[in-house]
Amino acid sequence: MAVGLPRGVLATRLDELVSWCRKNSLWPMPFATACCGIELMATGASRHDVARFGAEVFRFSPRQCDLMIVAGRVVMKMMPVLQRIWLQMPEPKWCISMGVCASTGGVFDTYSVVQGIDRFMPVDVYVPGCPPRPEQLIQSIIDLQEKIQREGTLRGREFDDPRRQEPPRALR
Amino acid sequence: MSLDETIDALKRAFPDVGASEFRGQRRVVVPREAIHRVLRALKEQYGFDMLVDLTCVDYLDYPDATDRFGLVYLLANTETNERITVRTFVNDPQPSVPSVVGLWEAANWLEREVWDMFGIRFDGHPDLRRILLPEGFEAHPLRKDYPLSGRGERHNLPVIRRGEA
Repeated sequence: MAVGLPRGVLATRLDELVSWCRKNSLWPMPFATACCGIELMATGASRHDVARFGAEVFRFSPRQCDLMIVAGRVVMKMMPVLQRIWLQMPEPKWCISMGVCASTGGVFDTYSVVQGIDRFMPVDVYVPGCPPRPEQLIQSIIDLQEKIQREGTLRGREFDDPRRQEPPRALR
Repeated sequence: MSLDETIDALKRAFPDVGASEFRGQRRVVVPREAIHRVLRALKEQYGFDMLVDLTCVDYLDYPDATDRFGLVYLLANTETNERITVRTFVNDPQPSVPSVVGLWEAANWLEREVWDMFGIRFDGHPDLRRILLPEGFEAHPLRKDYPLSGRGERHNLPVIRRGEA
């Protein structure tokens, strides 16, 4: 290189480096309420091994997590619990809505089931399927990694942009 | 005392009671005014010491139905292994029946569930609160005039936006 860096020294933007660290050490919070949770467990197990993408450290305390994976249908009575856990997670944090139930309510078009968690809390990646295969969940984690690399900042407030504050009104 | 004798004795004691049989299952239909006395007699005199289930049916828009809500008590005699179904009917407005928590403790949560889902009051229940649906839910969703997708109750939940923490 023209600047003549010594051997073993890499020049990059600090922003890029921090995002690279973050995206390769996601700590998921498994919010598994239904059969999607079984596929989530399979994703963490040896055959599919999500450790290959740095997201194997499932933590059951929201204080230690930065990736919420909502796996399964969420009912009215559970939504305040989900929101409370989401608020307890430290920034920066991301959310994957796994399966059609979490994303849209799925076949449960009833008075009690929330018709998509994105009406009441933010979601980054939606995974279709009923339930999705582990490969689909891994793909969503890869997509999320791309998003983190693209949007990440050092301030930990990636989403301060007011255009991103409002949930889609037409859906509510 | 066999089940036939029990039902005969019950009909002598309560002339309003009607009896029927369907595929070997015996059931008695009791007017609402007599339901608590009949259930007390079944427990204390005829040995039906177990309340297996207590549930309700909404007969709104049902052909030939004269009453709206049918309450169903499934009783069992654990000594003789006999079972009997007791039914009664209640109507709008403010459907209510006397609570049987004093007879069978098992009725406590079952009556709360029927109150939650059908809005039938159980007079004398020690703690008649909702058991399945969240506090503050207005409707009784197993009534047939309640829409399947609800009346917008879940849309009253708070919305959390990006950046709130």
